[in-house]
Amino acid sequence: MCGIAGLIHRGKASNVGQEMTSMLLALKHRGPDSTGFALYGQANDQENDYVMRFKVAEQEEMRHGFDIHQQVVDRRAAVDARLAEQGAKVSNMEEATEYAFRYRFAFSGDLTRLVKYVEDLDGVEILSLGRSLELVKDLGDATVVSDQYKLGDFQGTHGIGHTRMATESDVDIRSAHPYWAYPFNDVAVVHNGQLTNYWGSRRALERRGHRFMSNCDSELIAVYIADSIERGDDLEEAMHRSVHELDGVFTYLVATADKLGMAKDTMAAKPMVLYESDDFIAMASEEISIRSIFPHEIDTFDPYEGEVRVWQS
Amino acid sequence: MAELKVEHESHRMGMHTEQLAGRTQQVFFHPSEEENFTYPMAHEVDFNKRAEIDIADMDTTEANLKIRSLMKEGHGTIVVRNPQGKHGLGVGILNRLNLIFEGSLGYFGCGLIDGPNVRISGRVGWSCAENMMAGTVTIEKNAGSTFGAAIRGGDLVCKGDVGSRTGIDQKGGTIIVGGKTGAFSGFMMQRGRMVVLGDTSENLGDSMYDGTIYVGGKIKSLGVDAVEAEMTELDKKWLTAKLKIYDLETPNGVDNMTKIVSGKQLWNYDNLEPAEKKLVL
Repeated sequence: MCGIAGLIHRGKASNVGQEMTSMLLALKHRGPDSTGFALYGQANDQENDYVMRFKVAEQEEMRHGFDIHQQVVDRRAAVDARLAEQGAKVSNMEEATEYAFRYRFAFSGDLTRLVKYVEDLDGVEILSLGRSLELVKDLGDATVVSDQYKLGDFQGTHGIGHTRMATESDVDIRSAHPYWAYPFNDVAVVHNGQLTNYWGSRRALERRGHRFMSNCDSELIAVYIADSIERGDDLEEAMHRSVHELDGVFTYLVATADKLGMAKDTMAAKPMVLYESDDFIAMASEEISIRSIFPHEIDTFDPYEGEVRVWQS
Repeated sequence: MAELKVEHESHRMGMHTEQLAGRTQQVFFHPSEEENFTYPMAHEVDFNKRAEIDIADMDTTEANLKIRSLMKEGHGTIVVRNPQGKHGLGVGILNRLNLIFEGSLGYFGCGLIDGPNVRISGRVGWSCAENMMAGTVTIEKNAGSTFGAAIRGGDLVCKGDVGSRTGIDQKGGTIIVGGKTGAFSGFMMQRGRMVVLGDTSENLGDSMYDGTIYVGGKIKSLGVDAVEAEMTELDKKWLTAKLKIYDLETPNGVDNMTKIVSGKQLWNYDNLEPAEKKLVL
């Protein structure tokens, strides 16, 4: 079933970490397997300054085997070495969990090459890379993940999130949402639904050089959007095209450094409720999620079939 | 079981144009045959006995049980504050009751009801009043998709906009939408009436078996086997009277509404073989 939620503040920052945690916790019944956040903080003025979230093992792996604890140490050291080798100057390292990390670094080289080189290491996956995007996902409900990764104080302009009920792929971080639209920094996607032309579309995108880290159909949307942007579309154009080129039933949210968009399939088979005011927009699979941050009465509505909307922060 | 009548006064008045057969045969109860109108779980209530509850800190089950216990105590008017979008509120009420929600409901609100008059000051989520048998449900703001799915009787009124598949599988009763509706509204409609005062989206009345849809705005497209029919004086009188009850008006007047019915060319209306059918449609 899965639940998705998004919010965007216009012209100001807010505690989007806490807001998104509340919204996703209200959607826990739609997907208890994992929870993910893509939160957008305020980028600093340095153009080549990036934040990278990555993991070196799955949570499940940490429970098995005698060597895994040493392996995550070794893998992280290998990541450090490869970053240094490529010229990335790491200014801050945070250990969110034993197997997931947040690095801030300065880098002026080829970002795609850097990502490929780091991910070439066994067990390493970059969850997000960007100037304002911070993508966190793990097993458990919104409170568990938010507490584990200390998202309660996260200040930013917008964010999207997901509660996952695994139906067609594994219960692991790799298959959890959001998906980073590799290789574009700051682009992330969450999705509720099923794509029926997954394999055909995936093969077409792989032939164009894109990489997939999971067998989850939702990752296809992120890669599709990335491919469209690479081909010159702006976000809204890419989303309009996706409504006709992606088969199946879906509602998805996509966020960039300064925008948040939603798209709904032509059958309107997956739910979405919207609240829109002059300075704040919130959306979720169920109204109860929006109500978690608005205890007072508000006007909400359903977007229609095939509808695409994009908001600027 | 009391005697059931197939013919009714409303037939003599020309209110029924449906061609019903077999299990869809419409039967009427005589008002004097009380046993046909009561359920074991129905309660005797007094409309002048009023109760107010705040369900902000209750879950759905607690809230519904509270409503039940109030009905059991004879309360005929119940005001529910702070529903806050919770799902499944006000379901399965089988007796007359004035039920007022001050706020918005989530999914499947007021489903499987037979008799209450419900007023909702906010919005409702997907599948409001699903399988409603009788009574009225009035929503002041917007509604989600599958609004009034499979309702069999009563009046279901949303004064705002409604999502897709409004009145899917409608089997009777009246659905009124003050604004616009999404795609596939009236999909597989079997009986009853739907009134949309605003615009409708694609595939209106797709595969409808019977029933009538009235549209005040623009129709983006009709679905398979849905066709336009002539508005009669009876249609206009009925629309005028019905809309007046809910203080609604169609922007261009009932004279300019469009009436949609089933073309009755689908497989269930003939004896054609599948191969022959392809030639017809």
